[in-house]
Amino acid sequence: MMERKLKIISNIMATAVLAMFLWWAQTNLGAYHTQILNLIAVNIILALSLNLIYGFTGMFSLGHAGFMAIGAYTCSILIMTPAQKEMLFILQKAYPWVQEAGAPFVVAVVAGGLIAALVGLVVGAPLLRLGDDYLGIATLGFAEIIRVLANNIPRITNGALGFKGIPGYANIWWNFGWCLFALYFIVRIVNSNFGNTLMAIRDDEPAAKAMGINIFRYKLLSFTIGSFFAGIGGALLASLVSTIDPKMFLFTLTFNVLMIVVCGGLGSLTGSVLASIAITILLEWLRFVENPIFIGDFELKGIPGMRMVVFSLALLFIILFRREGLMGMREFRWEWLLGLFRKRGEVK
Amino acid sequence: MSWAMFVQHLLNGLTLGSLYALIAIGYTMIYGILRLINFAHSEIFMLGAYSVFWGVTLIHLPWPIAVTLGILAVAALGVLVDRVAYRPLRDAPRSSALISAIGVSFFLQNLAIVVFSAIPREVYRPTWLETVILVGDVRVLPLTLLVPVLSFLLMLGLIYIVYKTKAGLGMRAISKDIETSYTMGVPVNRIIALTFGIGSALAAASGIMWALRYPQLQPIMGIIPGFKAFIAAVVGGIGSIQGAVIGGLGLGLVEIMAVATFPELAGYRDALAFVLLIGILLIKPTGLMGVKLEDKL
Amino acid sequence: MKPEVILETRKLTMRFGGLTAVDDFNAKIYKGSIVGLIGPNGAGKTTCFNMISGFYAPSDGRVLFKGADITGTPPHEVCRAGVARTFQNIRLFGNGTVLQNVMVGCHVRQKTSWWQTVLYLPSNLKEEKAIAEKSRGLLKVFGLEHLAGEKAKSLPYGAQRRLEIARALATEPQFLLLDEPAAGMNPQETNELMGFIRDIREQFKLTILLIEHDMKVVMGVCEHMWVLDYGETIAEGPPESIKANPKVIEAYLGEEAIADA
Repeated sequence: MMERKLKIISNIMATAVLAMFLWWAQTNLGAYHTQILNLIAVNIILALSLNLIYGFTGMFSLGHAGFMAIGAYTCSILIMTPAQKEMLFILQKAYPWVQEAGAPFVVAVVAGGLIAALVGLVVGAPLLRLGDDYLGIATLGFAEIIRVLANNIPRITNGALGFKGIPGYANIWWNFGWCLFALYFIVRIVNSNFGNTLMAIRDDEPAAKAMGINIFRYKLLSFTIGSFFAGIGGALLASLVSTIDPKMFLFTLTFNVLMIVVCGGLGSLTGSVLASIAITILLEWLRFVENPIFIGDFELKGIPGMRMVVFSLALLFIILFRREGLMGMREFRWEWLLGLFRKRGEVK
Repeated sequence: MSWAMFVQHLLNGLTLGSLYALIAIGYTMIYGILRLINFAHSEIFMLGAYSVFWGVTLIHLPWPIAVTLGILAVAALGVLVDRVAYRPLRDAPRSSALISAIGVSFFLQNLAIVVFSAIPREVYRPTWLETVILVGDVRVLPLTLLVPVLSFLLMLGLIYIVYKTKAGLGMRAISKDIETSYTMGVPVNRIIALTFGIGSALAAASGIMWALRYPQLQPIMGIIPGFKAFIAAVVGGIGSIQGAVIGGLGLGLVEIMAVATFPELAGYRDALAFVLLIGILLIKPTGLMGVKLEDKL
Repeated sequence: MKPEVILETRKLTMRFGGLTAVDDFNAKIYKGSIVGLIGPNGAGKTTCFNMISGFYAPSDGRVLFKGADITGTPPHEVCRAGVARTFQNIRLFGNGTVLQNVMVGCHVRQKTSWWQTVLYLPSNLKEEKAIAEKSRGLLKVFGLEHLAGEKAKSLPYGAQRRLEIARALATEPQFLLLDEPAAGMNPQETNELMGFIRDIREQFKLTILLIEHDMKVVMGVCEHMWVLDYGETIAEGPPESIKANPKVIEAYLGEEAIADA
């Protein structure tokens, strides 16, 4: 079919444009701006995965930080050298299998995702029977339990000290490669008839049951896929920021992802991508507010906490005045762009 | 464990438990009426503590006045939060209101960081609260006795309001069926505001006593007690005031006793409540004293 | 040739706490027939539906579909076995398009799985396309094809009712349960609907059980009916005998029906 071929070509061209941009960015942008680009890619992965769980399947999950932590710790343990681990685990020696474990970066990231997915499967099986806010609070509890665990098993996680000097393999190519993979994976799912059934579960569970959908199985599947990508995001983040500890995986982390998803629009992948870009840049930009500013000799004191004040206010405004977010449930389609060109030539 | 130690742990558990219970009541009342987890409740608790100690140390107000003003101010804040962030979302999907609640919670918490700074502050305690009382072999701080007694009195007052006054009747009507309450002429919004006021006042009272008992103030001090109190409310059966009290006391006792019996588990103390929560939800999703609401087809 | 029994209930009973919503409901439904379950509001009709379609596990009694015991089977398996239903208060997937709603119905018969979608396998692409075609075909039968791209919740009431039936048919049922399909319709629309129900029975080789509380509506279309009152079956038989049954007239139809007769 012509339409589909055209879409595939458009997608390939868009990917090529992105690659060219990244190539340009790699040589022309400084470390700081490259880091922002990297964070955008990771945030897109995280937002897409939460949107699949919450926006498309309607499961109010607040456990993202937990899955990210699992991905981050798994990946870090696998990519740090034995010598590094010897140095890090000063309070208590690491278990031999932790000490010995090692894998190439790709394998480590996939392992992070898979273990997060496995935990998602095991935790989701009992929890997903709960509805709405109970699910939210239970998944939040799960994330807290993971954090407390990370604090209390020093022979695996190095306790409250966490890891320092995690190798920074997660360069711009890895991050955007994974980001595109996540985008492809989730777009395929959402646009298929499987995606339709997820939407059905979100909109009306009893009716979905009556349509022959095994709700529990599909919810669990969606949750597991979401957990997988949350783990991937966590793994990349660990390599990107090079330092992790249990405090990093507080509820605030989930809050940030939730905020992106809500702002972009629950049930819109386009919205998640755009909001990830906008909010990552904005969050970085707002860092200036928290640092002291010098105007000549005059020092304006930085205001710690201001960033999150602005951010939570923004979230409140969106939920109160534009609940559907940036995109509502709409998606970007090539037809729009093509339509713009066609209209010029056509007279109806 | 010696007898004296046991009594001491029991008293500590009771103190902690009654503080949880006071917060849990606010959660349970608001959930009972609006089916909303008021995440901002833990920040109300925190601001209650801050307001009083600011009154005492900065403006040099006498204790009783500072406490009264602090509780009133925070109660007003609770009402304001409902008016601004929840009331416009009454007809929206439930998760919208929940996200709004999370937003308010983060907003207040970070506003407190901006205003008070994130650095923990010592709490100045009147000296008579510091003198240890010896009863036989049991050493108790006056607060350990005072907190449960004060909490008990506050709960009695609350139960009087809910079961003996017209406003209380309204609350119970709304929690049964909000739609019908509207048509029956119950001033729904006023009653909801009152519920937020009462719930917030109790949380503030708990915050003040918490700060006296564990003498430190910081903007994030509400998070953990808030979560635990919510869990206590769920365990007791959300929507039931008696349930919240029982759940709160139970959780406080279990926490203190578990750590006293198995000191090696101390690091897991904060996870205990969540494990309990998930366990209870899985076994009996409506909590110990809750009622099941049938899904209508 | 004796017609084959497609669905049978034996002593079906549902108790909620102390309240008996349905008591000892026995029915044999023959293949290819259109039958009705009538009774005043709160008589237990929807409860019967919920037990047959697997939403409630009956307190007592059995449901047999094509001779197999399906009592207490979860709804999605009942649907897979070939029993589809609609709901009294229309339950569409409101944010999905009209086409998506029907496609969801097709899912239960879909062979390829989600991971084949991700791998972009030709078998999956082909099946997805076939499902879309089939769904469009169904929409055409129901006169909804021009609305395929609209959000389901934006449809007018009558169209929503029809969409719900189309969606149920997408699951390829042999037995269709319709819960008050004519609710909220005027007499003319109701007449058209009943004609339409007869048509789809022929076209899709269905057996149909429908609920109505207004008995006049179903008199013309049903070949056999059961009358429930407070959970008890007070009468059973062809429309003529129901119409004449004094018990039915007394308990349910009241003076209005006598005046009309």
